[in-house]
Amino acid sequence: MTDGIKPNVWKVGIVAETRTETASGRSILLDVPGWGGNIAGQHADVRLTAADGYTATRSYSVASAGPGDRVQLAVDRLPTGEVSPYLVDDLIVGDQLEIRGPLGGWFVWKPEIDGAEQTGPVQLIGGGSGIVPLVAMIRSHTASGSTAPFRLLYSVRTPDDAFFRTELTEPSRGLDVTWAYTRRAPDGWPRPAGRVTTADLEADAFPASLSPAVFVCGPTGFVETVANALVELGHDPSRIKTERFGGQ
Amino acid sequence: MVGHVDGNVLAGPLSELFQFDVTTASARCVSCGDVATLACAMVYVEPASLIVRCRNCDDVLMVIVQEPDLTCIELRGMAWLQVPR
Amino acid sequence: MGIISRGFSGRSREHNPDLPPGQYLTEDFPVLSAGPTPNIDTADWEFSIRTEFGAVHSWSWDRLHELPIDDIDTDIHCVTRWSKFGTSWRGVSLDTLFADVDTSDEYVMAHSYGGYTTNVPLADLLDGKAWIAFEFDGEQLDPEHGGPARLLIPHLYFWKSAKWIRGLVMMDDDEPGFWEQNGYHTYGDPWLEQRYS
Ligand SMILES: Cc1cc2nc3c(=O)[nH]c(=O)nc-3n(C[C@H](O)[C@H](O)[C@H](O)COP(=O)(O)OP(=O)(O)OC[C@H]3O[C@@H](n4cnc5c(N)ncnc54)[C@H](O)[C@@H]3O)c2cc1C
Ligand SMILES: [Zn+2]
Repeated sequence: MTDGIKPNVWKVGIVAETRTETASGRSILLDVPGWGGNIAGQHADVRLTAADGYTATRSYSVASAGPGDRVQLAVDRLPTGEVSPYLVDDLIVGDQLEIRGPLGGWFVWKPEIDGAEQTGPVQLIGGGSGIVPLVAMIRSHTASGSTAPFRLLYSVRTPDDAFFRTELTEPSRGLDVTWAYTRRAPDGWPRPAGRVTTADLEADAFPASLSPAVFVCGPTGFVETVANALVELGHDPSRIKTERFGGQ
Repeated sequence: MVGHVDGNVLAGPLSELFQFDVTTASARCVSCGDVATLACAMVYVEPASLIVRCRNCDDVLMVIVQEPDLTCIELRGMAWLQVPR
Repeated sequence: MGIISRGFSGRSREHNPDLPPGQYLTEDFPVLSAGPTPNIDTADWEFSIRTEFGAVHSWSWDRLHELPIDDIDTDIHCVTRWSKFGTSWRGVSLDTLFADVDTSDEYVMAHSYGGYTTNVPLADLLDGKAWIAFEFDGEQLDPEHGGPARLLIPHLYFWKSAKWIRGLVMMDDDEPGFWEQNGYHTYGDPWLEQRYS
């Protein structure tokens, strides 16, 4: 990040484009003058203000990575939610909202640190919209031509619930993607529909013996289950970074 | 919001008080002595407050109350906070 | 004020004479969680009142249920802006529990399992204004809503209705509890919008 970038200042984002991702989610591309780029995995705070001055603030991971003032968010609608239905259903191109960031220096992956290329294996595990910061890491990996082996285990309810589906169905070189469907799998899919288990992690994730850096993101319950299973499989807890989105 | 999130979520609210990214700082819990990066703490989010708890013993490390015109932060649950330079 | 988001109104804040200022009406019962939910077995549960003279009056779960039980029908108002009308509870009035308590202190600190505290003037607990409640909507009170039993003081913001209540300690001065130390109002009248101090 260059000098003069102020992550702590509220900036104005203008909606440049929206893309339907799933039946309940979409991505939102914002032009945010002064954003100045972000590291893969960071998030932003979004603040909405009603006409009477009432405000609501929520955090959203950033799907884009690298330099520039164009920011991509992807939001899943919680039907009873206050903010997500507005972002998914109401926001249109040209609308403005307030955004603060990029934020957080912990749940991030960088292709190099202090000039040294990061070559260690990276295991990404996402549930639902928890794919958002992981996609930023995948994009950063591709853009930098990194040779670090990447694996993604992506858990979604049904094939129609996958965010960034096209991008992940034809993954770039150096990335392996495993899909885990929890409610309905495509016809003939080898793995029956069901929640991610210790056996799935054992079969599809980099083993603990390779000491991969592990990033787990999604609803709180999902992250909790996966993180516990990883520790059970011998992964060093300090190599597992988590981003819980809330919910049960 | 039901269920806690990770200390990462504090990056925005704490940027109003600190110049650096406090979520990468480590803190020691007064109750159990556990030392952890703040990003690893458990955060319970309520509309006007963030309750930060120790990942090891559940005790309160920090409380941030956000009122319309001020932010109040209570740090009694931490023995110290260490920032990488 | 920041820029206004076109078409965003947030949760509707309607005008209704029964709704304190700044509140919205909800049908469900939002759970606020400031921490993990303690699980307390009613066999181990105990409620006590401790006075300035060191006297401790205590009730086991069974003894509490031998006392007269009130049906309470009331509106509740949470500082996080939701209100819920016509909630129904069952519990024991604090008038009953204080009947044999000798005290001249005017303030009370409520203590909960799990370590929370909140302060209340004694006058706000007496004269049919407060209960130890253990049933909500005809069912045993859920742990996430404060079960086995919580304090119920409907005329104050709901954080004063301490979940997982364990005991009351008399105080001669009004000292702040957990939330009050962190900027919440010492009294918390929803009609005066006493949210923060
Ligand atoms: C660091 C961080 C990054 C995040 N990134 C993203 C992201 O990239 N995309 C995204 O869609 N969301 C993300 N979230 C979640 C987001 O911040 C909001 O919590 C979510 O959009 C719901 O807000 P709401 O106002 O619609 O719901 P609220 O009005 O806050 O809540 C409505 C109801 O939904 C429940 N609830 C709240 N959150 C969840 C949840 N995550 N899952 C299930 N139930 C829930 C609540 O208990 C409540 O009953 C992130 C959260 C964090 C902390
Ligand atoms: Zn601790």
